[in-house]
Amino acid sequence: MEFVLEIARVVLYVVGILAFVGFNASYLVLLERKGSARFQLRHGPTEVGPFGLIQPVADAVKLLCKQILIPKNVDVILFFMAPILVLLPAILCMVTIPFGATIAARNFNLGLLMVFAFAAFNVFGILIGGWASHNKYANLAAARVVAQNIAYEIPTLLIVVAVVMVTGTFNLQEIVAQQAGGFWRWNILRLDLNPLQPVAFLMYFICLLAETNRAPFDMVEAESELVAGAYTEYSGMTFGVFFMAEYTNIVLGCCVATVLFLGGWQCPFGLVPGPHWFLLKMYALCFTVIWVRWSFPRVQFYNLLNLSWKILIPVSLANIILTALMLKVF
Amino acid sequence: MRNTIQEIISGAYSLAVGMKITICNLFRPTVTLHYPHESATMPARFRGHVELACDPETGKPKCVVCMACQRACPSGCISLDGQKSESGKGKVLTAYSLDFSLCSLCGLCVESCKFDALRFSKQYNLAFTRREECTFNLLERAQVKK
Repeated sequence: MEFVLEIARVVLYVVGILAFVGFNASYLVLLERKGSARFQLRHGPTEVGPFGLIQPVADAVKLLCKQILIPKNVDVILFFMAPILVLLPAILCMVTIPFGATIAARNFNLGLLMVFAFAAFNVFGILIGGWASHNKYANLAAARVVAQNIAYEIPTLLIVVAVVMVTGTFNLQEIVAQQAGGFWRWNILRLDLNPLQPVAFLMYFICLLAETNRAPFDMVEAESELVAGAYTEYSGMTFGVFFMAEYTNIVLGCCVATVLFLGGWQCPFGLVPGPHWFLLKMYALCFTVIWVRWSFPRVQFYNLLNLSWKILIPVSLANIILTALMLKVF
Repeated sequence: MRNTIQEIISGAYSLAVGMKITICNLFRPTVTLHYPHESATMPARFRGHVELACDPETGKPKCVVCMACQRACPSGCISLDGQKSESGKGKVLTAYSLDFSLCSLCGLCVESCKFDALRFSKQYNLAFTRREECTFNLLERAQVKK
């Protein structure tokens, strides 16, 4: 009986997470298109359905129906493995995200570690895709992405380590549970534990943008200089999967930020905690990601690395030392 | 060290200003038109192809077939024809054709008209696939418009 229940649970969550990922990928694209249009005083998609709400369906049909072109000299196995390698870890990480007090596929003790272990795979997929494409732009973009992701993985993990020092656990459910009470109990405002906590959140957000290869750090695509970067040779649904992976990674990053800093499914005023608060905070962060993209131009590659190595890493190290001191002294 | 910190703070401030500008834009009305459903209104001095002005009372073109516009046109793209009016006084326009493929929109015809019977239209989406289509029958157009 227990075995059957377990199977049912697995199926339920696989379907649920895939639906969540698919829904987010399609409707965040619409939000991005609508948002970018409104930021630039345009209309955006309006023709398909009321206010263009069915546009993602039209996009999906178009992508699915398009021919997948395989250029000469590509490494076919790696070429098709790359999009899967980018999307799969993001979906896997969703397993441990606590959407509510009782809504999580699995409550791992090392959930946070698992998320970051799998999230590191993302860059690997893009590198393989760029390499397998046998295209100079794709190769260049892949090399850049590796440099970028190594540079930003370090401050991300350093910031997370500081948070874990405060929480004392890798379990995402517990991290959220510790932030119960009100918004002053959220990690972002726990100035008694570490006065640099809001700065840490800001740095985490910057790293999130860089890790998910979003503008102004979208070196992977850099359409003004590298055609379409690592995705140059991808067409049809292979490109679609990369696209889905990008938005899934954004959602995942925002989920983790919500859990670590914004109190997960806790209510800011201690009233009716639940998944609605989680989704509200998560989508607010997603909107901010889109907002940032349409506000700033792409940074130069050297400045991108300078920002990480010269500013983010020293500050996040200082953040760790400060946290340790605060923990020891108080 | 001090310079670096100053740079970071001023940089962060300028980023915040940028984000404020975009979020303000989000709540401002759009400047683009929803083209096939809406089209722009042309400014008063916009020069489309010339068209015949009609008398608002009779609905007939004001043209008296004096041929001044035809003579004024440097490209020779206007040709018109008229016949004696039935009441015996003056002439009535029977044909007015404009070869738009030759017209340079110089406006000498409009200037030369002493009866305000010619004016620039505000029509801006014109497209042709054949050369013959560039020749407009302005009399017909004026009547369709009416």
